[in-house]
Amino acid sequence: MSTGEPPINSPEIRRLSPVIEPGHTYGTVTDKISAIVLTRPASLGWFAGFALSFSIVMMLTVALAWLITKGVGIWGINIPIGWGFAIVNFVWWIGIGHAGTLISAILFLLNQKWRTSINRFAEAMTLFAVACAGVFPLIHTGRPWMAYYMFPYPSTMGIWPQFRSPLIWDVFAVSTYGTVSALFWFVGLIPDLATLRDRAVTKPKQIIYGMLALGWRGSARHWHRYQSAYLLLAGLATPLVLSVHTVVSFDFAVAIVPGWHTTIFPPYFVAGAIYSGFAMVLTIAIPLRKAYNLEDFITMRHLENMAMVMLATGLIVAYGYFFEFFLSKYSGNKFDVFLVDQRLHGPYRYFYFALILCNILTPQLLWFQKVRTNVPALFVMSLIINLGMWLERFVIVVISLTRDFMPSAWGRYSATFWDYATLVGTMGLFTMLLFLFVRVLPAISIAEMRELVAHTSEDDHK
Amino acid sequence: MIHQHRSHIYGVLGEFDNEHALMEAAEKTRNAGYRRIDAYAPFPVEGLSEALGLKSNKVALLTLIGGLCGGLGGFGFEYWCNVISYPLNIGGRPLNSWPAFIPVTFELTVLGASLSAVFGMLALNGLPQPYHPLFNVERFAKHATSDRFFLCIEARDKKFNLAEVARFMQSLGAHHVNEVRDD
Repeated sequence: MSTGEPPINSPEIRRLSPVIEPGHTYGTVTDKISAIVLTRPASLGWFAGFALSFSIVMMLTVALAWLITKGVGIWGINIPIGWGFAIVNFVWWIGIGHAGTLISAILFLLNQKWRTSINRFAEAMTLFAVACAGVFPLIHTGRPWMAYYMFPYPSTMGIWPQFRSPLIWDVFAVSTYGTVSALFWFVGLIPDLATLRDRAVTKPKQIIYGMLALGWRGSARHWHRYQSAYLLLAGLATPLVLSVHTVVSFDFAVAIVPGWHTTIFPPYFVAGAIYSGFAMVLTIAIPLRKAYNLEDFITMRHLENMAMVMLATGLIVAYGYFFEFFLSKYSGNKFDVFLVDQRLHGPYRYFYFALILCNILTPQLLWFQKVRTNVPALFVMSLIINLGMWLERFVIVVISLTRDFMPSAWGRYSATFWDYATLVGTMGLFTMLLFLFVRVLPAISIAEMRELVAHTSEDDHK
Repeated sequence: MIHQHRSHIYGVLGEFDNEHALMEAAEKTRNAGYRRIDAYAPFPVEGLSEALGLKSNKVALLTLIGGLCGGLGGFGFEYWCNVISYPLNIGGRPLNSWPAFIPVTFELTVLGASLSAVFGMLALNGLPQPYHPLFNVERFAKHATSDRFFLCIEARDKKFNLAEVARFMQSLGAHHVNEVRDD
């Protein structure tokens, strides 16, 4: 690293910004990343952000307590629109989680070095998004204290779950996803927890990090098995993440409701999930690198790559929208044709127009490198895509349910204060967990950054 | 004096500046006939396990077994629930509607495989292990997980002789050669 030409001067690399700025050694990456957790005092901004998100979580607890007291009648749902915000939010959150797994598992299998500095907090994002998502299926049941009915347990009534139902598939898919994401995250954290244990100066920190690190000491024998396990987990998480949103899309596609009963749902739900997830990773990464001066580790290269993934998945989503539209028209099925008409001209048409604007038109700006390398523009765009993906689920859930087969059974849906309080409340929960995470765990994998330093210095020697 | 305290000595630890020096030292140590050796690095060093003579490990096998148990157990359980214990006749459709059982079977396969990959890896590594003699060496406790590389020749090696091993370690270019005490 100290010898030879800095990599920035080679013509091939000048075109792309590096994945780590030159000049770092094993010691400096360790110092810089662990300092955020161990030595840097929490800033005023951190306290302000934490306090704000914590107060929003308090609002969530009020909303949930009121829901449990009064029942789901406090929401805007009715018959025929039995799936309102709860399902919209559930699908939105679980989709956001998918980018974390994609970054940590699929990019790992594809040996993409740029994943290293973003995978840790992307995985944290996955876990927190799954936690937020998990709230909704639980509370939308109406009697959340009976939710254990969905799990197969030897009940005195002698009944068992109906395993042919997509809703039971959902229970297994989401709980497996949550478990495997947590395992993957924890396994990745073990070496870093050991680093924190060895660098912590206060007794309580040494004990807590020490217990969490499980006595890791970096033995080559341990690394050998660790790498096998990590690779296998990545290989397992990859089909898992694709299956989870496929199963979520089955919740819709297996039903016969117009606009839901299509075979294009699984792939286009998965693409949409990755799309929204990358948008959320950008929403988090941009303020994070600014606040903790991590520009050396989360470089323009990362932001640009993520923008390109968003553009690609956004185009897949656009393809999905187009074929949803085309196949409904082409089928000649009058309910499907009517549904398309409802999206374009019905009472919720502005939601559909906004969806097209947010998810298809705006991201086309990402074709321009000027936009992809403009940090504030990327940040705004990531927010727009998050909004667009939420609108997509709203359009799918609400428009199909308001006007299905029988005009006499049509209805209208509008969300109440409690719907919004719960949605915003989970955003507060998500943000609060992220604020806690950056203070107590290394937001970037230190062990993998050292590996990256080793590889970069080898490239220099060549 | 050396031989009297042998039971309290875990091994001899040498410190190296970078992964290349460590790898070279590991190869030389193995070539010199030592077998009970281990290397310590703050990140996985490519080729180090081969240099130490480690062959394939059992994590993959455990993962396969876990996945098979999860998958077969999951399908078997669904079959038992929906066909034997609580059959529901819906319009005369077959009770063993196996395609509908696949999503849960798949999820449980992944769950079983992942759990056995992680817990199998930890068990084979003997973790969690809060105490280890190496942590008695101050420089190891401070630097092993951050920026330094260590090689340990353990006392249970047949060829182990404290003075000789310490001299050998120095000849490898290690600095801060320490005896690791286990008391």
